[in-house]
Amino acid sequence: MIWSRSTFLSPSHRDRLLVWTLRGAAGIAGLILLFIVAFLILEALPALRTLGLIRFVTDPSWHPGEEFYLMLPMMWGTLFATLGAVVLATPLGLLSALFCRWYAPKPIARTYRRFIELLGGIPSVVYGFWGLVVLVPMISRLHPPGPSLLAGIVILTIMILPTIALLADASLAKVPQEYIRGAAALGLGRWAIIRGVVIPAAKSGLFTGVILGTGRAIGETMAVLMVCGNVVQTPQSLFDPIRTLTANIALEMAYALGDHRSALFVSGLVLVGMILTLVSSAEWISRGRIYG
Amino acid sequence: MSPVTLQILTLTGLILVGAGCQESPTTHHSKRKLVITGSSTVAPLMAEIGKRFEILQSGVRIDVQTGGSSRGIADARQGLADIGMTSRALTSDETDLHGTAIARDGIGVIIHTSNVVSALDDGQIADIYTGRITNWNAVGGADALIVVVNKAEGRATLELFLKYLNLINTEIQAHVIIGDNEQGIKTVAGNPNAIAYVSIGTAEYDARREAPIKLLPLGNVPATLETLRTGTFPLTRPLTLVTKTPPSGLIKTFIDFARSPDVHDLVTQHFFVPISS
Repeated sequence: MIWSRSTFLSPSHRDRLLVWTLRGAAGIAGLILLFIVAFLILEALPALRTLGLIRFVTDPSWHPGEEFYLMLPMMWGTLFATLGAVVLATPLGLLSALFCRWYAPKPIARTYRRFIELLGGIPSVVYGFWGLVVLVPMISRLHPPGPSLLAGIVILTIMILPTIALLADASLAKVPQEYIRGAAALGLGRWAIIRGVVIPAAKSGLFTGVILGTGRAIGETMAVLMVCGNVVQTPQSLFDPIRTLTANIALEMAYALGDHRSALFVSGLVLVGMILTLVSSAEWISRGRIYG
Repeated sequence: MSPVTLQILTLTGLILVGAGCQESPTTHHSKRKLVITGSSTVAPLMAEIGKRFEILQSGVRIDVQTGGSSRGIADARQGLADIGMTSRALTSDETDLHGTAIARDGIGVIIHTSNVVSALDDGQIADIYTGRITNWNAVGGADALIVVVNKAEGRATLELFLKYLNLINTEIQAHVIIGDNEQGIKTVAGNPNAIAYVSIGTAEYDARREAPIKLLPLGNVPATLETLRTGTFPLTRPLTLVTKTPPSGLIKTFIDFARSPDVHDLVTQHFFVPISS
């Protein structure tokens, strides 16, 4: 009896079961992505066929009611807002993680970490509402009109800061103690250890944090919709209102029909394309140096 | 990436649900569920009328979904919804549909309460929206840049406002583009130099709840329920229920109910003017 049962659950059999479960799970994850992209292409096709790709960059403006479908300013809007947020949030996140791990007394570090986690858990619409009633009026006093690229960058910075800070914190914590003790035994100071040993050893985690943060900034919709002003134009300064691709979809999808609706799916496709470009260029930049 | 993915998944879901609806005949008499889609101006009122109707007619479910007037028309035409809601009258290309007005609403210009300007004529409003006037001091206000709030494409409020001022949307020089009425009111409430146009019903509703906004008169007629009722306010619109075929069965019962004095208190609570048969 016992023998037969253990033959039934022999390691090779269990392995096969596990392998197939894993294959199934991976297959489903992959299929979902494929289905979404296929669906996007299918829905975008009517616009691509009747309007052609070129009109999305050559039309005079974005006024679907009058058959103008210029998408370029919104691509710039998305790009500038995301870049601004990443440029601000990366040093802030990294430095706060370093402070938390290496300089802060234990009780302060623990409280601080809870705060950052809490910051990461706040829904984006709450950030947006705060931005609308506090941040935008503040910017408006500084330089009217108020809803602007700057407001978007500030909101996005606050939103992706926890992602970057927490991932940096976790990857700093994972640096093997032997490295640090070895460096300390060589007589290096705290900052020298951090710069020369800890950061290079934690590079991969820090990089992942920045990529995830960037992804979140590109994809963020609600908060950006509430503070950016949503005027379709290429911003000339930080105080100009902008519309991002995600805000465009959220603002117009429920109201769009025919070519207009299809054009919004094209902007979804462009968004997926931007994220793919981002991820693959990040992989290319870091190839062999970080993950190797 | 995840919010986008989520949205797309939701959309896929919606489309599947929509496809499901399409198969069932919408004019069937024994149907006990009504799907109503369209204008975000009408939707809150319709949801409350629906609730009251569900209490009176046990076993009936009223499902109200927001999506703008154009969607209300398209859904009614394609049979995706039993009834479409629009916040305007049917146009000449929509004669294939049947519309029934249930209430009257106006579109009013709002500014912040701290703004000293108390009236603007139509020419000044048009100049402000096309960027020919950019400072409040040109129309008797303080020396401050005007923040122009416009509506996003596809909204009936935008179409009617532009038609009233004889403008096209490409001429508008906006600083902020908003989705629904509430967002417009929040934008003006947070910015003393902003100007926007919204449903009078929604503006009154929020002003009573202490939002720091004020409605300006249009063409010298104050924007109140009284001028809407008497028909002197120049920019009004019928809130219309649209069906593909002449209403019959449960749909007719519901539309008649939505026009009846039984719901006039709800209509007035939303600061619209009831229309009786």
